[in-house]
Amino acid sequence: MRLNALRILLFLVIVVSWELMSGPVIAEFFISRPSVIVRILSDWITNGSIFFHAGITAGEAFSGFLLGGFAGMTAGIVLGRARLLADVVDPFIMAFYSLPKIALAPLFILWFGIGMDMKIVLTGTVVFFLVFLNTYTGVRSVSRELVAILSLMGAKERHLLAKVVIPSAVTWVFAGLRISVPYALIGAIVGELIASNRGLGFVLADAAGQFDTGGVFAALIAIMLLAFLLNTAVKYTERKVMPWKSADETREVTI
Amino acid sequence: MGSAVVEFEDIGKVFDAGRRAVRAVEHVDFRVYDGEFVTIVGPSGCGKSTLLNMAAGLLQPTEGTVRYRGAPVTGYNLVTGYMTQNDHLLPWRDVVGNIAVPLEIKRLPRARIRERVQALIDLVGLTGFERSYPAQLSGGMRKRTALARLLAYDPETFLMDEPFAALDAQLRVNMQIEVRRLCRRLNKTVLFVTHDLDEAVALGDRCVVFSPRPGTIRKIIDIPLAPARDLLRLRHDPAYVALTAELWDMIAPSFAATGGEPG
Repeated sequence: MRLNALRILLFLVIVVSWELMSGPVIAEFFISRPSVIVRILSDWITNGSIFFHAGITAGEAFSGFLLGGFAGMTAGIVLGRARLLADVVDPFIMAFYSLPKIALAPLFILWFGIGMDMKIVLTGTVVFFLVFLNTYTGVRSVSRELVAILSLMGAKERHLLAKVVIPSAVTWVFAGLRISVPYALIGAIVGELIASNRGLGFVLADAAGQFDTGGVFAALIAIMLLAFLLNTAVKYTERKVMPWKSADETREVTI
Repeated sequence: MGSAVVEFEDIGKVFDAGRRAVRAVEHVDFRVYDGEFVTIVGPSGCGKSTLLNMAAGLLQPTEGTVRYRGAPVTGYNLVTGYMTQNDHLLPWRDVVGNIAVPLEIKRLPRARIRERVQALIDLVGLTGFERSYPAQLSGGMRKRTALARLLAYDPETFLMDEPFAALDAQLRVNMQIEVRRLCRRLNKTVLFVTHDLDEAVALGDRCVVFSPRPGTIRKIIDIPLAPARDLLRLRHDPAYVALTAELWDMIAPSFAATGGEPG
């Protein structure tokens, strides 16, 4: 409770000093002011435009998330189990991984145009590598004793996959997804900044283009809220999919 | 005595540990017969676990042959079941789910699985913990779950590698009583590795004593205790006391020689 009170206090201090400094200390043109930002945001909410643009961005980020997450998980499991294949493709994957994915945006515009598809693919590519590398490490670290014990029970590769490899990889997939959230938004927003006529990235670029600093800040706040929602969604799903995890977290620690 | 189940014929095993070769066991030669409870005792690092791995077909000997019911063991030996110090339960499955694993692999119908799992839960004393995850269980209950899983898939021979080493004394006695009782009742052949002399004598019908690495057989002792022994009263049994003392005298010098470290 005390912690929350202090947080609110800090927030108020920042907002109030921002409001007071805007004008006398720093020109309003550069930092706008909280009252203006709130007004812009409430305008956007009343005319519904914010929901339209946020929906576009969320849709891109979410689709890219699913696409990249699923592809990354599949590739991670397959390569984690097939040693030779993994060794063969390793330098290629590392080469692509080192490439800043954003640099692929112009290529994706050539291939998919400037619609949502391009942002989805860009986001998917970013998420893919994070999830893939995590899953791959996870599958590699599956206990070999456990595999031996199940093999003695007569388990074939498909049993091992279904009962050991995939469930243990899920933990790692979610670890990958959790760190992917901000990157997924980078993919969607940067895609919109580069080329689009809708989405929060477009709103941001549009406001900046009109020297509307208040609009820029309002768009940033909207993006922040979207990131928060996406984060919460991942955590919620994680808890639903892995009930044993929360059992582990809530147990009393003894040494 | 029944027919031989596991036969170790002049076994030697060399591990490639980086630059130098480590000889784990050599000239190991003994048989385990039907329904017998054989304990293997020796200082750590003497290759006891290596032998169990060979019986399960997880490892191949460098010299000699391991036979199971007359046939050389070449791959996974599916009629053996493992229980180790680390219980290796699936953390994402509750007690019921963990015990059901071998039955699902055998593709038993759902109703049969449910019935069998419940019977095993009652048998090992886990009633009331059906829906708990391994992380929520105590060490002893995890052990019971692992034991129930082993019984579920019902292998002919149990390979136990210091399964109770991590348990406290009271819990360990309880589990020992349970394992001894169940194995006798179900007429299982058991190979039980331990570094605990008392455990080796209390549980075994015979005890194979190993030297430090490279492990060789020092002696094979017939344990003259009743098959249906009362483990709680063994401390008052003169035969038990004499035997553990004799074993201690045999093994203790090797502790001193190696400073307790694996040789």
